[in-house]
Amino acid sequence: MKNKFIYLAIIAAGFASCEPEFENSVDANYTSGDADFSSYVAVGNSLTAGYMDGTVYRVGQTYSYPNLLAQQFALVGGGEFTQPSYAEDVDNLGGIQGLAGTRLVIDASQGRPENIAGASTITLTPQATAYNNMGVPGAKSFHLLAPGYGNVAGVALGQANPYFVRHATSPTATVLGDAMSKNPTFFTNWIGANDVLSYATNGGAQSDGVTPANDHNVTGNTNPATYGGNDITNSNVFASVYSTIITTLTSNGAKGVVCTIPSVTSIPYFTTVKWNPLPAESTISAAPLYSFLSPLTAGRISPLSTTSGSTNPLLIVDEDLTDISSQLVAPFTTFITGYLMSLPDNQLTLTQAQAQAALMAPVAAQLYGKARQATSNDLVVLRASSVIGVEPNPGDPFANPFDVPGVTMPLANMYVLTANEKNKVANATAAYNAAIVSIAASHNIAVADMNAVMNQLVSGLRIETGQMYTANYFSGSATEGQVLFSLDGVHPNARGYAVIANEFIKVINEYYNANLPLHHPSYFPGINIVTTN
Amino acid sequence: MRKLLSLTLLALAGSTAFAGGYRVSIQGQKQLAMGHTGVAVVNSAEVAFFNPAGMAYLDKKFNLSVGGNALFANTKFQNSQYNWEAETNNLGTPFNVYATYKLNDWFTAGLAVYTPYGSSVEWDQDWQGAHLVNNIDLKAIFVQPTISVRMGEHFSIGGGPIFATGSVNFNRNLTTNPLLSVDGQPADVTLDGKGITAWGYTAGFMFNPTDKFRIGMNYRSEIIMEARDGDATFSDIPLFAGPGSNPLLNPSQLVFGDTKFDADLPLPAELTVGLSYQITDKWLVAFDYNRAMWKVYDALVIDFDNSNLNQSNVPTSENQRNYKDASTYRIGTQYKANDKFTFRAGWYFDESPVQDGYFAPETPRNDSMGYTGGLTYQVNSKLGIDVSFLYLHFDEVDNSYDYYQENGNSLPFGGTYKSSVFSPGIGITYGF
Repeated sequence: MKNKFIYLAIIAAGFASCEPEFENSVDANYTSGDADFSSYVAVGNSLTAGYMDGTVYRVGQTYSYPNLLAQQFALVGGGEFTQPSYAEDVDNLGGIQGLAGTRLVIDASQGRPENIAGASTITLTPQATAYNNMGVPGAKSFHLLAPGYGNVAGVALGQANPYFVRHATSPTATVLGDAMSKNPTFFTNWIGANDVLSYATNGGAQSDGVTPANDHNVTGNTNPATYGGNDITNSNVFASVYSTIITTLTSNGAKGVVCTIPSVTSIPYFTTVKWNPLPAESTISAAPLYSFLSPLTAGRISPLSTTSGSTNPLLIVDEDLTDISSQLVAPFTTFITGYLMSLPDNQLTLTQAQAQAALMAPVAAQLYGKARQATSNDLVVLRASSVIGVEPNPGDPFANPFDVPGVTMPLANMYVLTANEKNKVANATAAYNAAIVSIAASHNIAVADMNAVMNQLVSGLRIETGQMYTANYFSGSATEGQVLFSLDGVHPNARGYAVIANEFIKVINEYYNANLPLHHPSYFPGINIVTTN
Repeated sequence: MRKLLSLTLLALAGSTAFAGGYRVSIQGQKQLAMGHTGVAVVNSAEVAFFNPAGMAYLDKKFNLSVGGNALFANTKFQNSQYNWEAETNNLGTPFNVYATYKLNDWFTAGLAVYTPYGSSVEWDQDWQGAHLVNNIDLKAIFVQPTISVRMGEHFSIGGGPIFATGSVNFNRNLTTNPLLSVDGQPADVTLDGKGITAWGYTAGFMFNPTDKFRIGMNYRSEIIMEARDGDATFSDIPLFAGPGSNPLLNPSQLVFGDTKFDADLPLPAELTVGLSYQITDKWLVAFDYNRAMWKVYDALVIDFDNSNLNQSNVPTSENQRNYKDASTYRIGTQYKANDKFTFRAGWYFDESPVQDGYFAPETPRNDSMGYTGGLTYQVNSKLGIDVSFLYLHFDEVDNSYDYYQENGNSLPFGGTYKSSVFSPGIGITYGF
């Protein structure tokens, strides 16, 4: 009797293990091809570090494209892949203590992006470790070769980078030197965007927001040690530095992929705020000012449209214009006098009004000396959206009516990349990309044309399974699933990094005869929403 | 040793239920062993299901058949483009009870209780296809009082009403997008409908031109299982999308809070024609053709109760199915070796109602071939013990479900599927 039960148990177990088997296992055809992924090292800037929502944070870093690539490399002999430690970021807030704010989230109660509440717990404590992910947020091409870029003493002076301070192997280490200490057999290099991007995101202004930054393709200055933080790197300097980087990375026979630099016109930071966002209804009170300025500014400023439903362009400062403020003082004296006398509660005599106008006119003239209305050739940066139309001191009677940013007060240099500035950026980007492609070709290295990929996002990038993704900025949950950029408007979100990792994989599969699986972007997070902040 | 057995069986039960489309053709030990033919076979009370008209030809005054199966259904899924793997291993327990009683020469009454539809699939929670299904458990029991009337020596008719009772439990994630999740746990919904009842009927005839040759036809009507006011339970909904997040009652804002739902699930009509021939005293062969009217399963539409927009505002879920009518071709044979032993074998080809591009992991079913066998051990003139087995072979298939929409994008989900089904069964036949 006992035996029968044993047999029954065995039979029952046998039925359950009657498993279907595939002819080929899922990984049967995966191969590294001609590449050797045993030591993969990524060099680059914030895009490589997994920066998103305005910072690097613990969870966001896990979605860096090098980490996503390493997961696939691990299927075909890829070795361990390490990234700078963010264990300090216990609450997943990002930022750096005392230096940089927390990550951006959408506050559902306000419906807008905000820095998530809380204080950053990330410090500059040196980890003194070379990691496989050597992406350093903020790094320009020549920074990879700069000793002292990770020296904490240089942070306050703007000569060092707090992110590299956290993991540089010594105060005199270089990013490229630390990368080479990992003995890469395979590398990716996506450096160069910041050589032009910091100029662009600051509207072509220096850190004071007003003074024009330099384009060293114009100045001819080839010494990066003398460059300001927002300057455009000379393209010969770029090519020379880039060549050194690739020669070094390939010195032990490593193969790899380099990337072109995206043009700024494909980034939501520059495409979200339109040049003419002002509804005609909201600018009626400014109409007399525009009518007054129109004949005095030789076409820079035109009368406002008052047609209901139409929109008016922003008023901006264009530093490349000649200053006509001295010609405006006299007309403004008359204009302001008339304005003061026309106020319903005016108690000034004409003489008093003229005296007050004489004080105010030079200030007003200065304000409009280099002002013009924006055109479709100008790019307004994302952070202008929180400034436009918001009076800095609404109660100040003396500022009125010249204090409405973008309407009666021209937007400062830092908020607008003018057509002229945009051309400088475009020319530099084209020169850098030409250098990248030709240097890669001379070293037989694959190129991932991220510039082309990002440009497709403008009209919509259709991925292999048919879904459409766009470069739109978050505008509500209905289209959230198509958004590839994080809330900072410059860096991809996790979903965007998955799309980028896939572009690398397609290039690697093609160029190095590998077969690696893709990531499916729709399973990756986009925007983070908190109920209240 | 009893303990060893119970532990093993418990482990099986833990992986629950079976796969395949939701028609489960296991309605009797003797006939399953013969390739599930039977519309023109008069063997036992099982004929009350296969063709009620045949009850009139049963030799004994009272016939009882009781049986059950353990249905092991395993499906594996993989997609090498994205390095995905998943599987579902399920156990089902279809059962049947048939009884007939011959009141007089021309009139026989009977009762049939059986489980012709059911589906249970349980993928790993939050697997890559979780936005289509995490798990589903569909049960239906048919209770069918039946009569058979013999009209002369060669012809009979039979039929009766069917009372169907069932339940459905279905869980899936709301979206692939991690936006709707809490601490990495994706938001999901469980739909639970219990005590669903409906009526249908069965009817057939049997014609015996000679004492060796039978022709039969049976029709079982369509039954629509209408789930009304079922419970929709939402889990892992972030606060910004949960109950209370829409105090202004904005009709365009989605709110995922527990509510009620309505849905209809059709159990399709099935027409069967067939014949059997007694080649020798000991040897019988049978052929059946089934046509299942699956075209009725056009879409699974789930309507949510949104009467309180601050509690729930869930859009109607329309899941295209677009099934087609499907045929099954069956052949079976029986050899009565002696008074104690009868042996049976059969084969069938079962066409899947699922069309290309509509291959959803909730019913991962492609065309299959069934191999069956079994025997009866006659203990005495009244009591027999029946055993049967079924092995269903599915080819590996590359297919996808292309009609899922998310964010205005259609998001196809597909890969390679491979299923196998094995089912041993046991039953008794009693008659006098």
